[in-house]
Amino acid sequence: MAIKDRMSGNEAVSYAIRQINPDVMPAFPITPSTEIPQMVSTYIANGEMDTEFIPVESEHSSMSAAIGAQAAGARSLTATSSAGLALMWEELLLAASNRMPLAMALVNRTLSGPININCDHSDGMGARDTGWIQIYAENNQEAYDNFIQAYPIAEHENVHLPIMICQDGFITSHAVENIKLLEDHVVKEFVGEYRPEEYLLNPGKPIAVGPYSVTNYAMEAKKNQEIALENSKAVILEVAKRFERISGRSYGLFEEYKTEDADYIMLLIGSAAGTAKQAVHNMRKEGKKVGVIKLRVFRPFPAKELAEALRNCKAVAIMDRCESYNGNGGPLGSEVTAGLFRHKVSIEAVNYIYGLAGRDFTVEDVYDIFEELSDAVENGKEVEQYQYVGLRK
Amino acid sequence: MSSGFEIRWHGRGGQGAKTAALLLADVAFQTGRYVQGFPEYGPERMGAPITAYNRISDKKIRVHSNIYTPDLVVVVDETLLHSVDVTAGLKEEGAIIINTPKSREEILPLLNGYKGGVYTVDARKISVEALGKNFPNSPMLAAAVAVGRIMERDAFIAEMRASYQHKFAKKPEVIEGNMKALEMTFDVLEEALKEDMKRSA
Repeated sequence: MAIKDRMSGNEAVSYAIRQINPDVMPAFPITPSTEIPQMVSTYIANGEMDTEFIPVESEHSSMSAAIGAQAAGARSLTATSSAGLALMWEELLLAASNRMPLAMALVNRTLSGPININCDHSDGMGARDTGWIQIYAENNQEAYDNFIQAYPIAEHENVHLPIMICQDGFITSHAVENIKLLEDHVVKEFVGEYRPEEYLLNPGKPIAVGPYSVTNYAMEAKKNQEIALENSKAVILEVAKRFERISGRSYGLFEEYKTEDADYIMLLIGSAAGTAKQAVHNMRKEGKKVGVIKLRVFRPFPAKELAEALRNCKAVAIMDRCESYNGNGGPLGSEVTAGLFRHKVSIEAVNYIYGLAGRDFTVEDVYDIFEELSDAVENGKEVEQYQYVGLRK
Repeated sequence: MSSGFEIRWHGRGGQGAKTAALLLADVAFQTGRYVQGFPEYGPERMGAPITAYNRISDKKIRVHSNIYTPDLVVVVDETLLHSVDVTAGLKEEGAIIINTPKSREEILPLLNGYKGGVYTVDARKISVEALGKNFPNSPMLAAAVAVGRIMERDAFIAEMRASYQHKFAKKPEVIEGNMKALEMTFDVLEEALKEDMKRSA
């Protein structure tokens, strides 16, 4: 029986962590993810779970401790945001290359500077090439559902990689909304016990973790890691199917909203997708053929699947809540256009940067962008291919 | 665009405007509706102006932007009237509630000619009388429910008792005072709301 409740995104993820009851959680507080270790500590103090909580002195240490615990054979996790994730940089790469299936609750917040506490995806996107699986959420429900699916994906024998479950700082982390929760025993059964085949604290079967690799073998190790990330795509879909059976909610690599006959599609990540869907819902009433694709899984990147989903539209607005400082567009813009080219899909593709450092993104912004796309296609108006939305003029 | 009933709260950091918005989401949820309650943070410090928002709807709420054309505005700190355009985008058929000892007539000149419903509540007086301290958010929450007709008084009072019993489990001595503050606010607003009903009838 689903439990109807209302809670914030941070509460929802903490609730999922309580239900999963992992072995070890090292964490260091940083806005807007601070509530997660705070709430988990409260659950532990109240005897509602028995995770070993390690208060550390920095995020460098929280990730190091999580890797250490995971290598020892414990299911571990941490939570962070922004500069906290940046401080973990070296360890993020170690977690992935040492094939540690640990989980992270990332509450997306902009990176400095200017220093700011609000949402954009520059922290998560900055870590996009560290070898972690990255799954993004539109709302509290998805943050909760994605977290429950995290370990079954990460720990799968074909994967063995760390996983980041991301949600938008403040916009969903601090917003109280309706949610449907699963019962504790259903979650526990779904996630199962962690039984690693190989781990450090396994007497009689010694292994080495993180040793030096000579050039003769290092490249193969990297390729194996890449294969694991590719493998995770099928596993993510498999776990989603299994999750649908216990929850009734279905998930894929991305969600398509009214795209079947759409001439114009907006592609975006996170909470803004809900705003875009509402705008599309309104525009459809006026007969406009518009749709939304919400990217859920950014790593592994579903380039081919996205290219196919966009093949029959006339134009796509690729929305980046992150600046890449490469003079050419945002990370999603770069990867999607590369995917379109490789899969021989030739459509108008405009890359918009929006919502940096918490700048609001509204239903009206969505109308304007679709207007511009249709102007480009119908009237041949030249459109700047990489531009900002909602910038002060 | 329909995202249900939309409320914008204006307060200062530390006054409980965010808490009031979250509590309102809580009680509205109990009526079986879809809710959103969320803060917008500026600088994180006591006394800085903050905004918080509510959406309440019979349909699933998808929009995740701030609210620009609210049905109801609640001003928890009267001094904000001089620095923040509190009626910006407020619907003409909507209403604004201001925490002030002043009368409706005294406040009107500060509202940029706003034509909708204007209500004043002396939340400080109510709070000091009921609780012995100035915690304006309980009276302002009751005022939002009464003016916004979000739920019936009795149902609201019952939900709030349950909510306070949970929230103040470790300081049960403040529950009765908060309940009294809610009741007093409804009593104070009853007359003004009746007048309005007559006017619009």
